[in-house]
Amino acid sequence: MIPLSWYLILAAGLFSIGLFGVLARRNAVAILLGVELMLNAVNINLVAFWRYGDISMMAGQVFAIIVFAVAAAEVAVGLALVISVYRRRNTVVAEDLDLLKW
Amino acid sequence: MEKEFNYMTGTQIIFLIVGAVTLIAALMVVTVRNLVHAALWLVATLFGVAIVYTLLNAGFLAVVQVVVYIGAIAILFIFAVMLTRRQAADTGAALNSNWWAGALMAVLTFAGLAYLLQTWSGFSKQSAAIPSGFDAIGQLGTALTSPQGYVLPFEVASVLLLAALVGAVYLAFNKK
Repeated sequence: MIPLSWYLILAAGLFSIGLFGVLARRNAVAILLGVELMLNAVNINLVAFWRYGDISMMAGQVFAIIVFAVAAAEVAVGLALVISVYRRRNTVVAEDLDLLKW
Repeated sequence: MEKEFNYMTGTQIIFLIVGAVTLIAALMVVTVRNLVHAALWLVATLFGVAIVYTLLNAGFLAVVQVVVYIGAIAILFIFAVMLTRRQAADTGAALNSNWWAGALMAVLTFAGLAYLLQTWSGFSKQSAAIPSGFDAIGQLGTALTSPQGYVLPFEVASVLLLAALVGAVYLAFNKK
């Protein structure tokens, strides 16, 4: 059978790749794609700990479903912000949005 | 201990293939220049994660992953890419000038996580067999809706989703 470590390492790798996407991409939509990867890595961990812990405690799966809802909310608001910014500034490149930068 | 030599089981091989495909697709998501392609690679990653849920005996979550993530969120991304398209968006660099710092940060995060996990005693734990007659979906439904379970976080999540969708409509609404 598969030990718990395999899932944890897969989730850590997925989280790190998502972190790289958030830190390194220029396009704001691509940054949101990186956030999605990180949320998925968290979900793998939650479900893996449910499966390898006490299986009658459903907290892991319940929290994974709540993360789904939070991810949907985050994407809806994030993409609405990107579209709104694109309408006003005609750009979606994150480093061009420097209005608050000193 | 000396006869620990065993062959990989079928599940392990499936996990390794799915995990490798998921990670490669995730790398493509953060590196390809064309954002429509990045969104399609995200679909591949999400599908791999759904298979990982299936391997973890969480069938309901795998279905929700395909319906909500691939069916709604990934399609929303593709719409957003098409709405914010410009000629310059595809010609400029995909990564910013500090991408090496981001890569260093990501590698350090992975190394730190791997080191911390490897010092934990439950790291290579094996899963217990699922008791026969265990109804995971029924238990999940009860946990989500019973006052002894998680009905309050569940309702808070629905209010959050409603507020976020109203906010998204307000933000993206064209005033003219």
